[in-house]
Amino acid sequence: MDPPLTSKRRSLAEAIREQVHDGDAVALGLALESGIPFAAVHEIIRQRRKDLTLIGPISDMAFDQLIAAGTVAKVIAAWVGNVAGGSGYGFRRAYEQGQPRRIVMEDHSNFTIGLALKAAAMGLPYLPTFTGIGGDIVRGHPRIRPIEDPFGGPGLLAVGALKPDVAIVHVQRADASGNAHLWGNLGLTVEAAYAARRTIVVCEEIVPDDVIRSDPNRTMIPGFLVTAVVEEPGGALPSSVQGYWRRDFETFLRYHQLSKTAPGYQSWLKEWVLDLPDRPAYLRHIGDAAVQRLRVSDRRLAAAANFAP
Amino acid sequence: MIASYTRKELMVVAAAREIRDGEVVFVGMRLPLLGFGLAKATHAPTAVGLFENGVIRDRPAEAFIYTMGDPPNIVGAIACLGLNDVMSLLQQGRVDVGFIGGAEIDPYGNLNTTRTSGSGSMVRLPGSGGGGDIASLAGRTVLIMEHEPRRFRERVDYITSPGHFPGRRRGGPATLITTLGVFDLSRGQVRAVTLHPGVTPVQVRDATGFAITVDDSVPATTPPSTDELAYIRHADPEGFWTSERGKGE
Repeated sequence: MDPPLTSKRRSLAEAIREQVHDGDAVALGLALESGIPFAAVHEIIRQRRKDLTLIGPISDMAFDQLIAAGTVAKVIAAWVGNVAGGSGYGFRRAYEQGQPRRIVMEDHSNFTIGLALKAAAMGLPYLPTFTGIGGDIVRGHPRIRPIEDPFGGPGLLAVGALKPDVAIVHVQRADASGNAHLWGNLGLTVEAAYAARRTIVVCEEIVPDDVIRSDPNRTMIPGFLVTAVVEEPGGALPSSVQGYWRRDFETFLRYHQLSKTAPGYQSWLKEWVLDLPDRPAYLRHIGDAAVQRLRVSDRRLAAAANFAP
Repeated sequence: MIASYTRKELMVVAAAREIRDGEVVFVGMRLPLLGFGLAKATHAPTAVGLFENGVIRDRPAEAFIYTMGDPPNIVGAIACLGLNDVMSLLQQGRVDVGFIGGAEIDPYGNLNTTRTSGSGSMVRLPGSGGGGDIASLAGRTVLIMEHEPRRFRERVDYITSPGHFPGRRRGGPATLITTLGVFDLSRGQVRAVTLHPGVTPVQVRDATGFAITVDDSVPATTPPSTDELAYIRHADPEGFWTSERGKGE
């Protein structure tokens, strides 16, 4: 039977075309160093989106690539760079020199951006916290204000809600309705999917819905919150996906070296994004040997959980 | 006989020694990833580690990791939660000690990892990550730094991770581990506790851009034991983090 017309399944290119618009606030890289939706990042660059606001806790290399491609007007994040190497050179060129364009930075700590997304996920205007008191991040911050404790305790900070237009998350498996199983570190994946107006779930594999229903505690995003479901194996490389892909460390290091100069970045961009039509082409370009090395073939299965009534 | 060791191996050992058995540790990026594993494998077998991506571990990863999100750091974890879950435990006061690094430091232990004009033109740094949260909320913090005059400044341009300040609710910088020595910051001033073997008080004063207390009688940092070195070389077999020319700088 053909899928119904209302099906959420899309190619990655279709999902980006339909869900990510110029000027949108896009949350991604939410699990921190794993499950970064690089295939989506590269497709956003290929489709030449502009004036985006990027939202994320840390953003291992992905934000740097989007910024250096000129797609970004504003960044709301706790850390922007390349985790193994340090500074993100694309981010620095944009922030320090306005190249290829000027960006506005809204600095956070991991917890304040976590609370901002959590507040939006909870339908609240803000959440209170003690983090950051005594430091400069919270001083004059557009989204963080001092407040009194109505119960008479010490003063707090209120972190205002942050509602992304779209969240892009990479998960291990989902059904065609977008009910998504994710395991390993979660970071802010769940908060962002709950908070966002639209959510794109990119998965390693689409599975029948009875697989999802067999283990509902592993459903981190219920499908009714999901706008589009994309099956894109290897779509998070070079970041890891537990049980599917190891971290492609050399690729992170090579980008860090190449992106030191703007021409170096441009040569990376041409070879790894603009000259490749899609993620299968990326996997062919890294080569069979690399794919074999990075793909997880071992099995280390969790014990089964009995859900019998 | 003491085997030869690198400066970074000594820093990992010094970091590990800051963890007491039974403590809950907020493990930072880079050298602390190794320091936590080393402490677990030696003197602190019952310590528990929280990672800001949501992972909770009570044993070190079985294979080398570049980042806390690498698959070996998930295998054998006792829980994989979210960032807000582990940050909540930190805010509640459940974390005894946290590790943070910085690009610049002042005498109060304020760290800057956001932006600096220290060398003339403005340089944008990556930002806080979880550093500002650990500095604000952990029971005590251990800071890890390269010891250079341009990094040790009377005033930092931006306080990313707050040090000692009046009205602080809890915690604050306790120990500073640098490429030259181990320093006490618990009383809001920087005082040398040990200098790494071969390092002189003059060298430390010259490398510090503010007044620092270094007694001429300050002892040497105890070098890594054979067991400690064996663990580090097992956990970082290619010296990515710990060789003198490691890529993980």
